[in-house]
Amino acid sequence: MKVLVPVKRVVDYNVKVRVKADNSGVDIANVKMSMNPFCEIAVEEAVRLKEKGAATEIIAVSAGVAQCQETLRNAMAIGADRGILIETDVELQPLAVAKLLKAVVDREQPQLVILGKQAIDDDANQTGQMLAALLGWGQATFASKVEIEGNTAKVTCEVDGGLETISVKLPAIITTDLRLNEPRYATLPNIMKAKKKQLDTLKPADLGVDVTPRLTTLKVEEPPKRKGGVKVADVAALIDKLKNEAKVI
Amino acid sequence: MVRRAHHERVLMTSPNPPEMRTTVDFFLHHWLNIDSLTSRSRFEDHSRETFSAVLDTAEQIAADKYAPFNREVDNEEPRTETNQDGTLRVVLPRATHEAWAAYAGSGMLAAAQDYDLGGMQLPYVVEAAANMFFSRASISISWALLTTGNANAIMAHGTPAQKEVFAKNEFAGRWAGTMCLSEPQAGSSLSDIATRAVLDDENDSLGPRYRLFGNKTWISGGEHDVTENIVHLVLAKIPDENGKLVPGTRGISLFIVPKFLPLPVGEVARAFSPARDAGAGEGKTAVDKDSNVAFPHRHSVPPLPEGEGKTRNDVVLAGLNHKLGWRGTPNTLLNFGEGKFKPLGNAGAIGYLVGKPGDGLRCMFHMMNEARIGIGLAATMLGMAGYEASLQYAKDRKQGRPITGGSTSSPRAEKNAEQPPVALIEHADIKRMLLAQKSYCEGAMALLLYCAKLVDETHTGAEASAAEAKLLLEVLTPIAKSWPSENCLEANSLAIQIHGGYGYTRDFPVEQYWRDNRLNMIHEGTHGIQAMDLLGRKVVMEGGKGLTLLATKINDTIQKAFHIPELAEHAQSLARALQHVGAATKSAWSTGNPNEALANAVPYMQAFGHMVLAWVWLDVALALVHEARVDTRADQQVVGAGLTALSESADEARLIPAFAGTRLPADGGSFRDGKLAACRYFFAYEVPKIEAWLAVVKTRDMTCANISADAL
Ligand SMILES: Cc1cc2nc3c(=O)[nH]c(=O)nc-3n(C[C@H](O)[C@H](O)[C@H](O)COP(=O)(O)OP(=O)(O)OC[C@H]3O[C@@H](n4cnc5c(N)ncnc54)[C@H](O)[C@@H]3O)c2cc1C
Repeated sequence: MKVLVPVKRVVDYNVKVRVKADNSGVDIANVKMSMNPFCEIAVEEAVRLKEKGAATEIIAVSAGVAQCQETLRNAMAIGADRGILIETDVELQPLAVAKLLKAVVDREQPQLVILGKQAIDDDANQTGQMLAALLGWGQATFASKVEIEGNTAKVTCEVDGGLETISVKLPAIITTDLRLNEPRYATLPNIMKAKKKQLDTLKPADLGVDVTPRLTTLKVEEPPKRKGGVKVADVAALIDKLKNEAKVI
Repeated sequence: MVRRAHHERVLMTSPNPPEMRTTVDFFLHHWLNIDSLTSRSRFEDHSRETFSAVLDTAEQIAADKYAPFNREVDNEEPRTETNQDGTLRVVLPRATHEAWAAYAGSGMLAAAQDYDLGGMQLPYVVEAAANMFFSRASISISWALLTTGNANAIMAHGTPAQKEVFAKNEFAGRWAGTMCLSEPQAGSSLSDIATRAVLDDENDSLGPRYRLFGNKTWISGGEHDVTENIVHLVLAKIPDENGKLVPGTRGISLFIVPKFLPLPVGEVARAFSPARDAGAGEGKTAVDKDSNVAFPHRHSVPPLPEGEGKTRNDVVLAGLNHKLGWRGTPNTLLNFGEGKFKPLGNAGAIGYLVGKPGDGLRCMFHMMNEARIGIGLAATMLGMAGYEASLQYAKDRKQGRPITGGSTSSPRAEKNAEQPPVALIEHADIKRMLLAQKSYCEGAMALLLYCAKLVDETHTGAEASAAEAKLLLEVLTPIAKSWPSENCLEANSLAIQIHGGYGYTRDFPVEQYWRDNRLNMIHEGTHGIQAMDLLGRKVVMEGGKGLTLLATKINDTIQKAFHIPELAEHAQSLARALQHVGAATKSAWSTGNPNEALANAVPYMQAFGHMVLAWVWLDVALALVHEARVDTRADQQVVGAGLTALSESADEARLIPAFAGTRLPADGGSFRDGKLAACRYFFAYEVPKIEAWLAVVKTRDMTCANISADAL
């Protein structure tokens, strides 16, 4: 079974991002970039499936600028067998990514696509679902446990207030939640091995996909600064404030 | 549910901006141009990408498995429990085991080794840089560098069988290593060690086999159950034909004393007998059949015999030292040959000779440069950790109001009590203490990475430049070890000062950094011993050749800086400092009396170190100023900045544009401003100390040397 794992290059989770002066977006010039942590979990899950004998080949795919190669190498150091870069400088929105991935799926014919449930930069939580719709495949989102049983995947999904275990027929889409696994580190020998693995580069045009953005960003702002707290004299004063000032009770 | 802290943090804002990584990347790729190393055959598979990936892995493991447990390993000091057989075992927190597993599992232990040893042929400078992240996160949780050092010594001087059995298991992280030099009566003076080694069997397959008897103390990692075996590298003396120990260091030999004997000796003999060539290995030998003896495949390492067959060697834990800091690492007293166990039927700790008899110190100190750079980096990273903590604290803590008022006609300071208090970082004195820390720690980091690159040069450079690097390291290594040990410790003291009373409590991390750092002036050659090595040996050896070479390098930087208006004045101060150091070296030795010359060896080393750091800062500043100029041009050109040009052929320098891919962070210039301010600080506040230190050296002041014990 082939598994396709899309991985996204995002601003490292450690970086405190700044909004650009003209409010057109977040400044990512020269900041540290890493693989989206949910994508790391996706790669790890694919590698575990391979180690269990359920998967035979893992293909990591990333869409974006040339530096996404580093993200793909990282995926290959964790255990992906080869990588595909769909290179473009155009700002990619979830629908465009889903279409690109569909085209890759058509070419590669994987039985399973494992994606992160969302990327920590835009938090859109859309690509997996859109891809499932475009392919007409079943989907299991927010997965915290995955078992492959013959032609189906038994997936435990995190839902509001608990867990829901569903069975989806393969081929299918799975998106990962935080609790699915703890990704392994890219070890030094594997970093060297990853360097020698195959990495193909395509352009969106090669896949016949128009990636032009459909949405326009009007304005990006910092979240409002937290206001300082006040000390209240007693419980009565607290209740009064909650009722009349904060209007939450 | 156990999950990686890093993924938890996805959902929070991070308290830890990747500031240090930016500095590390700048020094490595921009200032030192380490990417040029990839043109050497040993490193040809490497690229900037692989170097970065290694640092990423190190940073991640350090953040997940080291940093969160630094306080825990300090609180839960190692303690002993008694085993059924009456021996002592050391109890360590679980975090220590997990940190080791992650470090060893990442391949860091073998990073510099050949591919067929499970290594990645990583340049030492990148390995050292990666290790910085672990040191900063928790210096004492892991003593992995001891294991690497131990295995490296075996690789350099051991027999093929010793490499195969001991070094390989260490690189794989299954066994850990120690360095057993010190004894209660022999610390700085190793010539006084009294551990005896008596020949047992000349022809053991693991090398001439001896029985060791004696006591070692201060042995870091001497006992624990983090790994399944411990490989002690032990200095001991082989008695002469009259049964006497030879005085001096010449009688010292080096032995491998494993806690458990690797295999029943007969089996090792079979596994490694020269007659056993490919295909001949019938039956249950532990070595892969089709492997060659030198380095069979990774998985064919002879395993420890399980259970019953595990032969316990006659080396036992006598107790633990209870330390000021560095508490995550158990520090042990070990007894060799007290007869608690009788391996192969007799009392006496079995030890396999490494190298030739009498060659022990040379073999042990073969990797001395790396070991001392490692200590310098530890000191530097503890300094960095304190700097980062106090910087954050100074931004958060509000106290006091800005000084206002006053004029030239009526100078006086006023404060407006109506105003809300400001953050500590608004006060000039706090900024002074922050800038001092920054200049000590980042300067030390630059020096150490520079030295680490020299180590690579000695291994892979062309003959002439390798020789040059070796000579430079002779003079710089005492500084690389001692300067950060003293000055980054001072940085930790300033970090406490910035915290005020809070810094003096265990609720904040800075007191621990200071306690941990206090060790570095003591081990791996005390401050005083390093100073005597510098003034007594290094600057005078071969007619002062090393010092002359260093002076040439410093002069190169001075020449370049003279042409840059904003740096010309610093260049002048550095030139003066260099002159003073040269003159002081001469005056110290002018009477030829070593007692007079060395009476003030420590002030000499302090001055020398400050001169070296001033040089480093000026060179870093040069690179930054160059960058500013290059930035303004459309096409980026190759500009070899100062030190970077050192010992690199012009060809190599041309291969990789110095600034390719290394842009300063887009932070409105604050990265550069910070570095240049640290440089200015160093020249304004530190460089003037040089002359004062040297005064007593020049006059061969005997105030201290001559005072009688009674008068003290
Ligand atoms: C936490 C810790 C970990 C250690 N780990 C190890 C280890 O793993 N393996 C190991 O073998 N050792 C280890 N050591 C031992 C360490 O290397 C010694 O403590 C060190 O070499 C100094 O020896 P000493 O303690 O006997 O001090 P001494 O040699 O007694 O020195 C005391 C003071 O006298 C000065 N002094 C000594 N001789 C002279 C002289 N000739 N002229 C002028 N001044 C002199 C010294 O500079 C020092 O200031 C460790 C020590 C500590 C504290």
